[in-house]
Amino acid sequence: MQGRALILGERKDGKLRQVTLEATSAAKKVTSGEVVVLLLGDGSDASTKEMLGAYGADRLLTIEHEALRHYTSDAFMQALRAAVDHVQPEVIVFGHTAIGKDIAPRLAARLGAGLISDVVDIVEKDGVVHFVRPIYAGKAFEERTIEKAPMMFTIRPNNIAPLAESAGRNVQEETLALEIKDLRSMIEEVVKKATSGVDLSEAKIVVSGGRGTKGEEGFKLLYELAEVLGGAVGASRGACDAGYVDYALQIGQTGKVVTPDLYIACGISGAIQHLAGMSASKVIVAINKDPEAPIFQVADYGIVGDMFEVLPPLIEAFKKIKSA
Amino acid sequence: MHTLVLVKQVPDTKNAKLHPVTYTIDRSSTVNITNPSDLHAVEAAVRLKETYGGIVSSLSMGPPSAVETIRETIQMGVDHGFMISDRAFAGADTLATAYALSIAAQKIERTVSPLDLIITGKMTIDGDTGQVGPGVARRLGWYVLTNVVDIVEVQLKDRLMTVRRQNNSGYEVVRTPLPALLAVDPSINKPRRASMPNMVRAARYQPTIWSANDLEGVDRSKLGLKGSPTIVRKVFPPPKPEGGERVEGSLEDQVKFLTKILLERPEWIKTREKV
Repeated sequence: MQGRALILGERKDGKLRQVTLEATSAAKKVTSGEVVVLLLGDGSDASTKEMLGAYGADRLLTIEHEALRHYTSDAFMQALRAAVDHVQPEVIVFGHTAIGKDIAPRLAARLGAGLISDVVDIVEKDGVVHFVRPIYAGKAFEERTIEKAPMMFTIRPNNIAPLAESAGRNVQEETLALEIKDLRSMIEEVVKKATSGVDLSEAKIVVSGGRGTKGEEGFKLLYELAEVLGGAVGASRGACDAGYVDYALQIGQTGKVVTPDLYIACGISGAIQHLAGMSASKVIVAINKDPEAPIFQVADYGIVGDMFEVLPPLIEAFKKIKSA
Repeated sequence: MHTLVLVKQVPDTKNAKLHPVTYTIDRSSTVNITNPSDLHAVEAAVRLKETYGGIVSSLSMGPPSAVETIRETIQMGVDHGFMISDRAFAGADTLATAYALSIAAQKIERTVSPLDLIITGKMTIDGDTGQVGPGVARRLGWYVLTNVVDIVEVQLKDRLMTVRRQNNSGYEVVRTPLPALLAVDPSINKPRRASMPNMVRAARYQPTIWSANDLEGVDRSKLGLKGSPTIVRKVFPPPKPEGGERVEGSLEDQVKFLTKILLERPEWIKTREKV
């Protein structure tokens, strides 16, 4: 395919999200045409432009507007439709993030386009692009094709590697003026969770706890370990149901899906719904008292033991290494 | 207030066995259940009825066996159950499914009364997409809110509702006009058990079943496989988990080992990358 690709770029605290660079790489697997990254809300700085260029984007399209600073599907739909009209893409890529999951199906319905969600790999067979995605809670994968343009898909973070960095490539920047009207919904309040900066779905290291954490005391250890390792804290549904932590941390089929380089499961038995959210992690370490816990079947390294005994010396060891 | 809940009968993928050759779900050894996430949608709708009055309808697209799923919604307190069932719907992807459901929702409005709200679950456990709800809302031209964890208030007079939803970094409280479509997160509630009178009612309940011909004005080219721009080419199993290494020895040895592999992490991951 040679048509243009449009990517809905995402930023966090002004910095490009990793998934946007992954989406650029994904777009390049589907089309040899121009790759346009769309950024909404605030304008972009030089470092954003430089980064997009280095990772394969050809053009940057920004729409600056007060109403696009916070996500609402109403305002974002208007902006996306304007961008689609302007760019005329044959490929549209989103991260499989809270925003991508929300807006992509709406845009697909509007365009009458095929949408494949939660893509973990893209392969070409006889000139046809096949999108690979997990189904049945990760018990199987399916390969899907899209029969007509525009092709729309969302990619699961941390699965499609960004392109190798190439310095000095230039990105053309363009600003699209847009009047946003008839906004029907209003955000009354935004509550930011203190999840220590590292976004769970994009974290390279995740330290996760289940019912075996026994509550806040156990999670305190997990937060300490996550901090020394530079990771994020997650939880099983059991731990959330028990009220140990907020559902925002839930990892699993109905929670967040994560694919970090390293996943440390503490006191998690490993129900299939949980495995669906983490079993594709590149390295899995499990600490559990029960030698029969199913988590050990997916773990690369299993420690049959009490997390309350294992974690404190581990945290200490890393603190020492860091301060040395 | 008239609320519609969209429900789906799915294979119980938690306990499902996959066919050894095709890797599709082995139907002979798998039971069908109501998609677990949808029960939270039903519960949310019935609670709204209890607080604000009105009626709740449920709608499912599927084979005749999906009657059982409609009956389950009746058990929980839904008033009217509807199904669309026809070979013309078979093979539908999310776009074609959303189209068919939106046409049926409009027929429910003509049959019963105009809708104020549609509630769906977060996603189904067989398809795992979460696309159908937002697609239906778009077809109807309604506002959509996903990841809803709490319905704070409905102001029927002003045709407004306020919900709390999860976003990327925490929560937001959003006010939206009605009619709207909500996709609820499972943390929103605990689905109830059926009351005795509702169980009796459900056992004999016959939902209204429509075929494609019954849906006035439907564009047949947008239904089923014909209306689906995406096509499944192949289904295959994930690499078999081999189970890793057990780290043996004293607590001190285990901690030493863990420290070591964590420190070696970057190089080590590259050489052991999984499919």
